[in-house]
Amino acid sequence: MSESIPPVSVIQNKDIRIVEFTNNKILDEANIADIGQTLISLIDERDYPKLLLDFSSVDHLSSAALGMLININNRVKKKNGQLRLANIKQQILEVFLLTKLNKLFRILPSRDEALASFTQ
Amino acid sequence: MSISGANNDDRRKHRPAGEHRSSSDSARSDSSPVRVTIPSDFGASREIQKQIIDRVVRCGFGDQAIFAIKLALEEAMINAIKHGNKLDPAKSVHIAYHVTPQQAEITVEDEGGGFDRHCVPDPTADENIEKCSGRGILLMEAYMTSVEYGANGRRVKMIKKNEEQATPHLSS
Repeated sequence: MSESIPPVSVIQNKDIRIVEFTNNKILDEANIADIGQTLISLIDERDYPKLLLDFSSVDHLSSAALGMLININNRVKKKNGQLRLANIKQQILEVFLLTKLNKLFRILPSRDEALASFTQ
Repeated sequence: MSISGANNDDRRKHRPAGEHRSSSDSARSDSSPVRVTIPSDFGASREIQKQIIDRVVRCGFGDQAIFAIKLALEEAMINAIKHGNKLDPAKSVHIAYHVTPQQAEITVEDEGGGFDRHCVPDPTADENIEKCSGRGILLMEAYMTSVEYGANGRRVKMIKKNEEQATPHLSS
């Protein structure tokens, strides 16, 4: 059933791609791999990729999902791109704080603030 | 390696999650301890995780505690299946859980080589922050009330106290 639904939906806003997660859980290995692949192809399409991950629908994630996000961050950096995370619910934000990944990622409270934070 | 005797007969011992209940009497209290053995398979794991969380919800744990148990259980199961048993279908994962309104106690044991907790590098250290793994144990220990390792690291026992049950909601 859920296998046929793409793991993310992408909205283009000028040169920024806004990514929304379609599942409220980023847990399953297969789902995480699927999301990772989709994000990698978005990154590889452009020279200076600008990616905004909107977490507003996400209620659960695992360390495997964090690993995938770190991988994505490294890939964006390699291409001199910019990655922003936004709309992370409090419980999920605590996971980022505990793992100190708030130091690695640029996390902004809202989508608007994240959009405004991209540089040319 | 202990898989020399593994064959299809060994796989037959795996039954759907729930059949290994120590209390076969379904009329027994929902809070009785349960033991389950599953194959090293994410689908089987998902099923047992759901059973445990259903019980946690029924025992009146709060949202924060449910989130914590869900996360820690996910990490423990992935550790057992992927890192412990290395996805070997001939190896099993043994789960024991005892959920009461006071606390949830969950033990997960794999049949892998075990590990030494003290040798796991700190994933929050600057030199490790960009590495993709090593956060599962950190999250389990942060979110559960206690986490103990046994059987050379093949077994993890986690307890989460239900701190919110001391203040029950009053309903009319």
